[in-house]
This record gives sequence, C-alpha cells and structure tokens, in this order.
Amino acid sequence: MGLENIIAEALPEVLTTRLDSLINWARKSSLWPATFGLACCAIEMMNATSSRNDLARFGSEVFRASPRQADVMIVSGRVSRKMAPVLRRIYDQMPEPKWVISMGACATSGGVFDNYAIVQGVDKVVPVDVYIPGCPPRPEMLIHAVMMLQEKVMKESVRDRRDIPEAEAREAIVPGTLPITDGSTARQNTLPESRPYTIASRHERRRSS
Amino acid sequence: MENNEPATETSESLESSAPSPIVAALQREHPEWVADVIAAFGELTVVVPREHLIAACTFLKTSPDTLFNFLSDICGADRGPEEEPRFEVNYHLFSTTIHHRLRLKVVLNEEDMHVPTVTGIWKTANWHERETFDLFGVIFDGHPDLRRILLPEDWQGHALRKDFPLRGYEPYSLK
Repeated sequence: MGLENIIAEALPEVLTTRLDSLINWARKSSLWPATFGLACCAIEMMNATSSRNDLARFGSEVFRASPRQADVMIVSGRVSRKMAPVLRRIYDQMPEPKWVISMGACATSGGVFDNYAIVQGVDKVVPVDVYIPGCPPRPEMLIHAVMMLQEKVMKESVRDRRDIPEAEAREAIVPGTLPITDGSTARQNTLPESRPYTIASRHERRRSS
Repeated sequence: MENNEPATETSESLESSAPSPIVAALQREHPEWVADVIAAFGELTVVVPREHLIAACTFLKTSPDTLFNFLSDICGADRGPEEEPRFEVNYHLFSTTIHHRLRLKVVLNEEDMHVPTVTGIWKTANWHERETFDLFGVIFDGHPDLRRILLPEDWQGHALRKDFPLRGYEPYSLK
C-alpha cells in the first residue's frame, strides 16, 4: 500500500499521549459482548450484527459465548428471578474492565411483566452503564447504545477498574446455582453467614463509597 | 359435588340416558371408584376418591376396554380460599390405541393436601407432579423426587394459589 512509508515520513518516531487516552481508545474499539439473550430483544441484538446493520463498524460484533473473553454484557430480555443469580455469576466471571448494557424495557424496568417471576430491572442484579428503551429496541438503538458506551469508556481512567482480589473471588458463592444433590432443597440453600453473597466489582464499591 | 353448574346438569342427563362405556367399565369393576361423573363440552370427567386413585388408574391403563397408556397432563386447580374443598388435581388420560380421552379429578381440602403418586403407573407423571407441587403445594405421597421444578429452589409459597400476591411477597434483591 505504501501507507506505512507515508506515515513514517509524516509522523515523528515518538508520540506522547496520556496513558488513559491510549488504553481507553484500545478498549472502546473492541468491546466484545457476552451474549445474554433472554427474550425477543435477543433477536434484535442478533440482527444488529447482521450485514444490514453491521455492528462490526464499531468493533463490537464478536459475541463471545465465554464470559472470560467478553467486555460488555448485553442483557436483552426479561430477567426472571431464577435467572438472576445465573446472570450475576456470568457477570462475576467476566474479567475487568466490564460493562453492562440493559437492552429493552424488560431488562431495564421489568416492562409489562410486573409480577412475582420477573426481576424489576436488571440493575438490581448488576450495575448497568447504558439503558436502552423500547419493546424491542431497533438494532440502530443498540448500536447507539454501544456508541454511548464508547464515549463513556473514553472518560474513564485505568485506575478505576481492576480485577477483584483472588482470595475474595474464591470465597464468594452465588445462590441458586449450587449443584443439586438430593431431593431436599431447603437445607442446601442456607448460606453460611460469613461468606459474601456476591462479589462487588470495583466500580460498584466506588459508587457506594 | 354441586359446585360446577353446567356440568351437574349435563351429568344427570347423561347418567340417566346412556353412561359412557368407560364409566360403565369403572363402575362394573368397583362402584366406589366413581364418586361423580361430569360430561361437558364433549369431555368426560370422573371424580375419583383419593384412596381409590391408584387402583382406578391401574385398571384404566391395563383394562382392554380403556387402555389409557398415555398420561397427557396433570394439573392442579385452586378454586379459591373460601371454597371447600379448595384444591383439585386433574389427570388427563389418552389412549393411543383406542383414541379416547378421560379426565380424572381428585378434590382436596386445604388441611390435607396429600395425593398418592401415579409415577408407578405412568413415568411421565414425575415432572407433572413436581410442577403441581411447585405451583399449588399438593404433596404427592411416594413421589421419588418431589422438589420444585419451575420456581427457584429457595422460593417461599406456591405461586398459582389464589391468595398468592401477584408481585410476590417482597421485591427482588440479591441481599
């Protein structure tokens, strides 16, 4: 292409910038989502990666099945109370830095499902960075949310987000996801008092303090 | 059993005119198995006393006249806290060879919500009975693994009872 030659001639060998700017630029340019499609919003989420809408233009098209490889969790759909501990566990398994997009009316506020089975907003389970209204939102709205999240990422500092201490992560247990061994369920769900219920991520602690 | 208005009318007319061959076979085998017969909307329902349920089901599955080899569904029903008896358990039977259907109904008082399990007759009853236990609190005696199937493990109460609040007892939190 010859582009390398032009750049090498046009630019100096050394560039100075803030570390935050460089790292945030790298982070925002490849926000890999963890799939958490729970209902009809997931269809629109899938459509956002299609060739027509092309979420890949913003570096966010690589949906990861493993939370270990994901940066942003797109909660698309209604979160039932039975699913909530599972969702929290997936979130806990994502490495820092991590963000959450609450997609659609149900994930944001429970939507029309104001009943015993549905959590009234996923922000009761995980901290949410961007909320998307709509039932379901169009793919363009999800892309807009990703762009808003990119703006938010650019405003952060690398000091804000670190992985939690390993000892704390090992001790934490999430209820509802324990293996079931026999018919009696009541005793298994008694939690030891000393253990933390979930792991509070770094920015959650910062928010509360 | 006078609580089902359209059913009671039709049941009397049906019993007086021509009893169904299924009901006739049941009554011929053991008269006490049939507490009441309800025929409505082309569907036949037999109210079975709880203590005769297993015997009646075994007969219905094995007798060549009935051959109900397929249990379509078990469902509970809550008639309301003020009703007596309050709960009922319905068994929907189907025969894949004779192609006829039958509904068995067991009525329960709130104080004594025990029904013998039919998992020994139809294995598919396992999950159906777990669901009925989960949502209504009916206890199936002798069930091999009677625990919740739909609601979370640590759930309080039974969600499809009429006196269960729609939004649950308390808002959700991870504590």
